[in-house]
Order: sequence, then C-alpha cells, then structure tokens
Amino acid sequence: MGGFFHRFVRNRSAVLGSAILFGVLALAALAPLIFPDTPFALAGKPLSEPFGDFLFGTDTLGRDVASGIAHGARTSLMIGAVSTLAAVLLGTLIGGVAGYYGGRIDDVLMRITEIFQTIPSFVFAIVLVAVMSPSVKSTVIAIAVVSWPGVARLARGEFLSMRRREFVQSCVSLGMGDLRIMFQQILPNCLSPIIVTASLLVATAILIESGLAFLGLGDPNVMSWGFQVGAGRTVLRSAWWICTFPGIAILLTVLAINLVGEGLNDALNPRLRSA
Amino acid sequence: MSDIVLNVEGLHVRLPEGADRSHAVEDVSFTLNRREIVCLVGESGSGKSVTARAILGLLAPRVVADAGRIVFGGEDLLQVTPERMRAIRGRDISMVFQEPMTALNPLMTVGAQIDEVLRTHTDLGRAGRRARVLELLRDVHLPDPERLIEAYPHQLSGGQRQRAMIAMALILEPRIVVADEPTTALDVTTQAQILRLLRELQAAHDTGVLFITHDFGVVAEIADRVAVMQHGRLVEMDRAERVLNDPQHPYTRRLIAAVPSLQPKARSPIEDRPVILSAANVNKTFRTGGGFFARNRRVVDAVKQAMIELRRGDTLGLVGESGSGKSTLARCIVRLIEPEAGEIRLGDIDFMKLPRRALRRQRRRIQMVFQDPFASLNPRYKVGRLIAEGPIINGVDRAKAEARALELLGLVGLDARAADRFPHEFSGGQRQRIAIARALALDPEILIADEPVSALDVSVQAQVLDLLADIRERLHLSMLFITHDLRVAAQVCDTIAVMRYGELVEYGPTAQVFADPRHPYTRELFASVPGRSWTGPVAAA
Repeated sequence: MGGFFHRFVRNRSAVLGSAILFGVLALAALAPLIFPDTPFALAGKPLSEPFGDFLFGTDTLGRDVASGIAHGARTSLMIGAVSTLAAVLLGTLIGGVAGYYGGRIDDVLMRITEIFQTIPSFVFAIVLVAVMSPSVKSTVIAIAVVSWPGVARLARGEFLSMRRREFVQSCVSLGMGDLRIMFQQILPNCLSPIIVTASLLVATAILIESGLAFLGLGDPNVMSWGFQVGAGRTVLRSAWWICTFPGIAILLTVLAINLVGEGLNDALNPRLRSA
Repeated sequence: MSDIVLNVEGLHVRLPEGADRSHAVEDVSFTLNRREIVCLVGESGSGKSVTARAILGLLAPRVVADAGRIVFGGEDLLQVTPERMRAIRGRDISMVFQEPMTALNPLMTVGAQIDEVLRTHTDLGRAGRRARVLELLRDVHLPDPERLIEAYPHQLSGGQRQRAMIAMALILEPRIVVADEPTTALDVTTQAQILRLLRELQAAHDTGVLFITHDFGVVAEIADRVAVMQHGRLVEMDRAERVLNDPQHPYTRRLIAAVPSLQPKARSPIEDRPVILSAANVNKTFRTGGGFFARNRRVVDAVKQAMIELRRGDTLGLVGESGSGKSTLARCIVRLIEPEAGEIRLGDIDFMKLPRRALRRQRRRIQMVFQDPFASLNPRYKVGRLIAEGPIINGVDRAKAEARALELLGLVGLDARAADRFPHEFSGGQRQRIAIARALALDPEILIADEPVSALDVSVQAQVLDLLADIRERLHLSMLFITHDLRVAAQVCDTIAVMRYGELVEYGPTAQVFADPRHPYTRELFASVPGRSWTGPVAAA
C-alpha cells in the first residue's frame, strides 16, 4: 500500500481535496465544542451582518449561521457516508450476482436496475421522502435507493470480465464454491473502481440531501446546509450571507470529495500507473 | 555503391532510470545487405525490438540512443532531424508489426490506409494511386483486390491483415523492411504462407529485411544471416547455416538445444492400460450477438462430436490452430463450460450427470494448468496461500495444507521462501511452476495443461516441459496436453488428437501420426512447421 500512498500524495489536487475534506470532518467533529448550543437556538438579533458579533451573521430568526454550518456538516457527512455505504453494499451484491452468474439471472437483475435508472433520481428521491415522511432515516433510504444502480452496473461489468479470467477458472476447478469465489477471489480485485465510484457517490449524496432539505423535505429537527439555504432564500437580496455561507460549505465539500475521488482513481487505476 | 544498405555501429540505447538495467542495447554492431534477410534472434528482454525501433527512430519517450551510429545511405539516422526521419520512414525504411489488428486503423478501409502512404510520399494522382494499390494487393496474393480495397481491417482474417501490412510496407519499394515478429500472432499454416510471401517479394524487389523473431524454426526457414542477442548484447552473428548447425557462443548453443525436436520420443506402448477418462460425442455451440430481440445470431460449432480416451499414465495431446476448439473441448471435459451434449466418464463416474454439489467434490480429481501464468494466479494472495487454498476448501486442516504447500514448492523446483511472496514477484517460468504446484496440491489423477508453455521463452519452456514430464512419472499422472506447437507435442505426448473447426480429424499414437499423417489437414500442418528440415546441430554434425 506504500506505492498507493506515494502515488496519491504526488497528485496535488488530491492532496488539496483531502485537506479541505479533513477540515470539514474536523469541523463536524468539534461542532458541539465550538457551538455548545443547539443551532436552532435564537442567538442574537435577526439578520445581523457577518463578521460582526457573529462570524457569518444570523438568519431571519436570529439563529447563528456559523453554528448551523458546523452542525450541518455533521448531518451532511453522516447522510453522505451512510447512504453511500448502503448503496455500495446493495449495488455490489446485485451487480456481482448478475455478472457472476450471467444468463437469465443477469437479464432479470439488469432489467430491474434499468427500471430504477430510468426514473430521474432527484424526483424519485423527493417522492420517496414524501411517502416515508421526512426524517434522517428516510433521507438515507431515498438516497441509497436512487444511487445503487450505478454501482450495480459497474460491479456487474467487473465481475463479468473477472469471471472469465483464468485465476477464477482455476478456483472453479479446485472445487471452490460460488460465494467463496465471488467474495474472496473476485471482489478484492475489483474493489478499486468501486471505491472510486463510492467516493464520488458521497458527493452526489450530499448534494441530494441539500436539495431535499432546501425543499423542506429534510428532517425538521436536524440542522443541515440545504435547510439553511432554503431558510435564507426569501431574503437573498437583503441578507445575502444566510444563503451564501452554507452554499460555499456545500461547494467546498463536494469539490473536495470529487478531488479526492479523482486522486483515488489515478492512484488505484493500474492503467495510469507509470512503470 | 556497395551492397551494404544499413550499418549499425556500436549502438547503445539507454533506458530511463529505475529500469532493471541501464541500457536496453549495448554496443550492438551489424550490417544489412541488399537482397538479404538478417534475423535478429533473442528471448524476451534481449533488446531485439528496441534495436529495430532505434533504426526507425521510434523509441519510446525517455528511451534514448546515447552512443553509436546507424548509417543508412551516407546519413547517420541518429543525427538526422525529425522531418528527415519522417521522409525516410515509409519511403526508404518501412516496418511490419507483430499484431496487424492494432497496427492498422480500425476506422479506415485497407485501401485508404495504403493510399495514405502514397499520398504522403509521392505525387501520383488519384487514379494512379488506386492502380498502384490494386497491383500491390495482387502482389501479396490477396484474393479479390477490388473488393478488399473497400474492406475494413476487422473484415479481414489475421493472415490477410498481415498481407495488407506487408503491402503497405512495400508500396514505395523501400530499401529496408524491418519486420518485428510479423508471424508470431499467426497460426502455423498462415505463418508459412507469410514467410513464403516475404521471401518472394524481398527477392523480387532487392529489399534488405531485418527480421526480428524468437523462434529458431522461423530463422531456419527464412534467414540468410543470423544475429543472436542476449541481455542487450550481440553474442553471435554469422551465416544462418553456421549459427543453426554449429553455434559458437554458449548462449546460442543453449538456445538451440532448448528448441524441441520434431522427432517424437520413443514411448512404451499404452494400449493395455485402463482408460481413466473418456469423452464421447461432446458438442458445444456458441451463439454470439443477440439480446432480447436479435434475429441474426451467429452460431459457431466450437466442438462437434468429439471423442477421446485418456489412459492411465498417458499424455494425450490436443493439437490445432486457434479457433479449432481444443481449449473448449478441454473446458467441457472439466465442465468449466457446460457442453450441450456428450458423455464424459471419469473412471466409473458419469461426470456429465453429476449434480453441482457432487461435481465440486469430484473436481479435485482433474486439475488444470493454464496458458498465461500472469492471469491464472490471483494477484492479491501470497503463493503459500494460493497453493494451500485447494486442499483447505476440500477439508484439509490448514496447518497440514500449508506444510504440504512448502513440500510442493520443493517438488516444482522453487525455494520454500517463495510461499511468503506475491505472484508478481516471480518470472513467467516461476509462476508457471507455482500454478503447477497449485494444481498438484489436490493430488489429482488427471492434469489438463492448456498451452502451459506458449507464453514462455524457449529456454524456460524446456525447463517447464521437463518438470511436467518429471512429475508425471513420479506421481503417475495422466495428462491432457493442449498445444498449437507440433514440436512441443512431439516431445510430450504419447497420443495425439488433431482438431480443426471443432472436429477431430486425426487421432493416434504420436509416432504414427508424425510418421504417417492420414488427413490432408494434418499433412498441411506438418508441412507448415517452420524449419522442419532443420534438425539441429547434433544431427547435422
């Protein structure tokens, strides 16, 4: 793994992305220490300008925007990570089974995957959350449900090509069982592209979560960046800071995750490695 | 003007830092005359291809010729400007590559690609160019040139593509053609035709040919003079008869001794031994193209009515060209591919009718060794685990299996410390030994070897063949040996089955098939073996 780390840190934008991401993680971890009060607390005069008493100002109800960003980071990262994990597990399982067995099973599973892919993902997520009633849990489920098909297609392709490889055939002729071959032999060899996709999925998940919260479909008891942007929308022209700072937080986090994802791709993809 | 068209003097080619040696080519000097074919021979990594690329100015970035001269027509090709080099390349020196599919542009018709050479280097008009292209396609004996001129590379067979490449290389009547393993990717019968064609055209056009190959059979077939390379140095250069029949340098002697003889070894009769594996009426059809609504599926009969018998202690060779169905038949026998019909009996078990669970338990009795030792070992696991894996999943205690893995490493001639390393830390030959150890770990009765030495250099090939012969004797194995190389088959097999288009066309004891081939295809196959009249230095002395 030393070679991997070396290749990763040689990529400057990946290092920059990791630095930003690390900052966001630290902010999320330290939020209760920096801002011990709940972000919903009325901290001061409504619509205070930024860089005065409050770093990023206050919103229409006098809530501290900076505190909201810190606590919102927890929400965004948590939802991004959990929903991606769920999507990757489900997608890898379905794609892996389809690619490994092929034939009828592949046909059926891929048609199901396509049904999910044909529905515009954000609209689908809105419908799911609306049906399940807004909460952190329903947001995670909705994002996972709209994200797994991409992973499934990727995993299917990888398993399909690995299935024909000689080392897999030699395992079959040793008498190895299907599950063992799939999880012990094939999976470790196609983890790299799956990890890269997963890292990018986290970014998409954060965007979807913000979008849902912006539309008022987030968990009403949990502070989130999308919720902040939505709350400040009506006073955008008179109090620009309410929307702007959470917006920048979203931008930086998504950008950072994308940079890290690309860095991972370059470092893990053997075709781009110099000899 | 003298007969020398190319003079390479003291050529050094430096590799980028971090390579396994500082120079790919060191102090190489040779000359190429008009009307002469010089073969540059060597194993992989000997620097033969790099030498060829240096002549054409096609070295990879960061690989530099840092000393020596390549004199062509009074100019040093290492000193000329890139523009001058471009003008020389194609017109005066041209190249034929190993894999014509990747050397031709898949999106342009064959005619357009040859035409492009003319457009770049001559002032001929459209009609003149077309006439010249047609004439050349006829010269390389391509059928129906008017139709082929409009064909795309994928519509041609491998041999036809290589002919088109040769046409392209010869169209401007260059003084030198550099051919880098031009027949390695082709079947033997096609190879024989291409070699004949090259000889014919080279004589007709007075071309000097630098022919790069690893195959001494091809050398015997085509070379006027031979240059042998080892580790980037030229170790021997002389007339072909001298090098082939009376090699001076120890390395050349070793290489030539490693070329398997076409003379089958004497074998004890095996007719009285019991049949351990039999396959009868095996059929497998592949369907390509399709999806839900496709109409025009292509159907290929990969194996038709195949019938073989393997006796205890016997080595049965499945011989054939690519696409003949030999690998498919072997995979059907172990049920890596499920055949549509057929009966496969392993001892007294009907292997075809076994349900999945029982099949898994019986699998250990037949083990496979694959062609590509780089692809047949999972790169993520250490060698010890790879070998012990089989016994462990078949219920052997882990400690016991690991101890046995160390024993097996010794048996295949590797150090026990190898168990703690990853496959990529080994050379091709060593990996093939590991793959053999892995197959042997289950104490199989039958070993199926699918082209086990085709990816290896000739000296390594000889070692692996010796190892296979040795373990077969010691462990009383029966072996199904798949190969396209009749020389290897002659040395290894007791019985030979020749396959073509999925059918067995000839089947019999090796000595008999070699001495008196019955089927016309078998005869053609034998006639195509390169260097079949050359019997090596011992017989000639």
